[in-house]
Amino acid sequence: MNIIVCVKQVPGTNKVEVDPVTGVLKRDGVESKLNPYDLFAIEAAIRLKEQTSGTVTALSMGPNQAIPSLYETIYMGADRGVLLSDRKFAGADVQATSYALASGVRKIGTYDLIICGKQTTDGDTAQVGPELAETLGIEHATNVVSIDAVDSDSITVTFSLDDCFQTQKMTLPCLITIDKDAMTPRLPSFKVKKQCKGDEVTVYTVADLDGIDENRLGLKGSPTQVERIFPPEKNNEKQIFRGDAGELSDALADLLAERKFI
Amino acid sequence: MPLKIDQSKITKEVGEALVAACPFGAISYDGTLKIGAGCKMCKLCTKRGPAGAVTFEEEATAAVCDKSKWRGVCVYAEQHDGKIHPVVFELIGKAKELAAVTGHEVYALLIGADVQAAAEELLTYGVDKVFVYDAPALENFVIGPYANAFTDFIEKIRPSSILVGATVLGRSLAPKVAARVRAGLTADCTVLKMKENTDLVQIRPAFGGNIMAQIVTPNTRPQFCTVRYKIFSAPEKCEPHGVILPMATPDKMLRGRSEVLRVEKKPEEVDISDADVIVAVGRGFAAKDDVALAARLAHALGAQLACTRPLVEAGVFDPKHQIGLSGRTVKPKLIITIGISGSVQFAAGMRSSDTIVAINSDPNASIFDVAHYGFIGDAHEIIPKLIEKTEGRKHV
Repeated sequence: MNIIVCVKQVPGTNKVEVDPVTGVLKRDGVESKLNPYDLFAIEAAIRLKEQTSGTVTALSMGPNQAIPSLYETIYMGADRGVLLSDRKFAGADVQATSYALASGVRKIGTYDLIICGKQTTDGDTAQVGPELAETLGIEHATNVVSIDAVDSDSITVTFSLDDCFQTQKMTLPCLITIDKDAMTPRLPSFKVKKQCKGDEVTVYTVADLDGIDENRLGLKGSPTQVERIFPPEKNNEKQIFRGDAGELSDALADLLAERKFI
Repeated sequence: MPLKIDQSKITKEVGEALVAACPFGAISYDGTLKIGAGCKMCKLCTKRGPAGAVTFEEEATAAVCDKSKWRGVCVYAEQHDGKIHPVVFELIGKAKELAAVTGHEVYALLIGADVQAAAEELLTYGVDKVFVYDAPALENFVIGPYANAFTDFIEKIRPSSILVGATVLGRSLAPKVAARVRAGLTADCTVLKMKENTDLVQIRPAFGGNIMAQIVTPNTRPQFCTVRYKIFSAPEKCEPHGVILPMATPDKMLRGRSEVLRVEKKPEEVDISDADVIVAVGRGFAAKDDVALAARLAHALGAQLACTRPLVEAGVFDPKHQIGLSGRTVKPKLIITIGISGSVQFAAGMRSSDTIVAINSDPNASIFDVAHYGFIGDAHEIIPKLIEKTEGRKHV
């Protein structure tokens, strides 16, 4: 079974703020990490590979700084990494991102299954997986909690909805997103790390992706556009209490009593 | 490239300032200024440095569609076993406000099996037209047929805006359909407004930080958005005036590539989304003893205990106790946050609560920007005293 796992490098911190005076974004420390939810997707892919033989390819889109994240997937057991990196992707919304990733999937070639994390920690939208599936013309299941059976032309998965668990037999190829805690991700292998030659990750630019429609990339290919960014509204009618613990607990107890919570 | 650099205006000083100004580390300077693939097109660089150093060139965008041919604000009426998810009523309330600006009608789209009663219930919230795809094959959520029915609705009725609850189902179905009809989709909006030209203004936290982004879909229709449960308020019921319109469900629509083998109901469990009072703890109050104290306070107040994401990641709490964009959205009458700094993702999950009390030792913590009542002090000292007083008063 040939599997593609989509991963994303996300900021190591969410301490991004807008300076209220200058309107400038401030991002303290630009250190990045592999999206934690993707670890479960990689683990699922490697387990399937161990069961059925085949390959696991990790696919990502982003700047060259994302290469270490792809190596992390290789140290966990992926066979190779593919990074789509080009300024032409800049400003891509979910649709343009899905289109770019679909072009990357086609470049990788044949596949039976695509696995994504449930969502990322920076966007939290959980939309790219389903949009990627539709762009490739395949079906998907989100929030998969277990992979129950797999054969040459189907996979049976159980996924979580708000009020129930549903088990579906899906025809391959298809796309699934893996719920957090569906399985415990393994640690990167030091042995594999030492064996790596440094050529396991391939970087493709737009020029490498055959038949790609540049009008569907980046800002140009994005139906949604950011009109403006601004700091969250502050609540100006707030009341601030200072003092020692005795005074503060008194004030809070009075407030709760006044509002009839005690 | 829409961002154009005029290298003649890039002195060493300007170059270095621009490198520092880029929040995504996408700009480099080594004598010439370069913008790399990390660019998120936030355009801040165009506002820094001397005029014309970096400029944004509007590209000839795709032709704007004829917006007058797309009418109506539609709410996707998610149902399970004929029971409508409560987020749907909240969205109908918002859809009525939005539709009033442009004089459009409010639609509901209902997909399922045997859902006549649900369709009638939708009318009691003031929907003008309920479009119903009713077939036995639609009893359970199967992505192929559901997406086919949804697409059929869009092609036939041509709604201008579509609001979908950001439930597990909504977050699976909306992107599938949006991709098929190449519509813009904005997830987890916290504010929605309507422009007179029918552009839907969607506001959500963005770039993974403490920033809000205002997003529009200026050229295409329909425009999709998802909204979490408990962000908006459900309207009062009213005398129904709308109509129910059954839609055809040909066999071709109902064919998919997945087969439902089993459905297992989840046990009913206490959900923090429905709590009236919540005590929430964050990293500043996460030790074992702290959590025990918070639980005691919660007990005294008849409250549910909740937490921030780091505490779930640290294994202190089960994910269903987590408030925030990657957890639950809550709108209780009272929430007391203890030792929570207040990331925008957390705030987005609780800022519509009626009364927000924050206890934190850092006067600059951003939680005080959303709180109605801020208590600046050490929770480790305040909470035990508060419990004493709370339990004391309970017995008076």
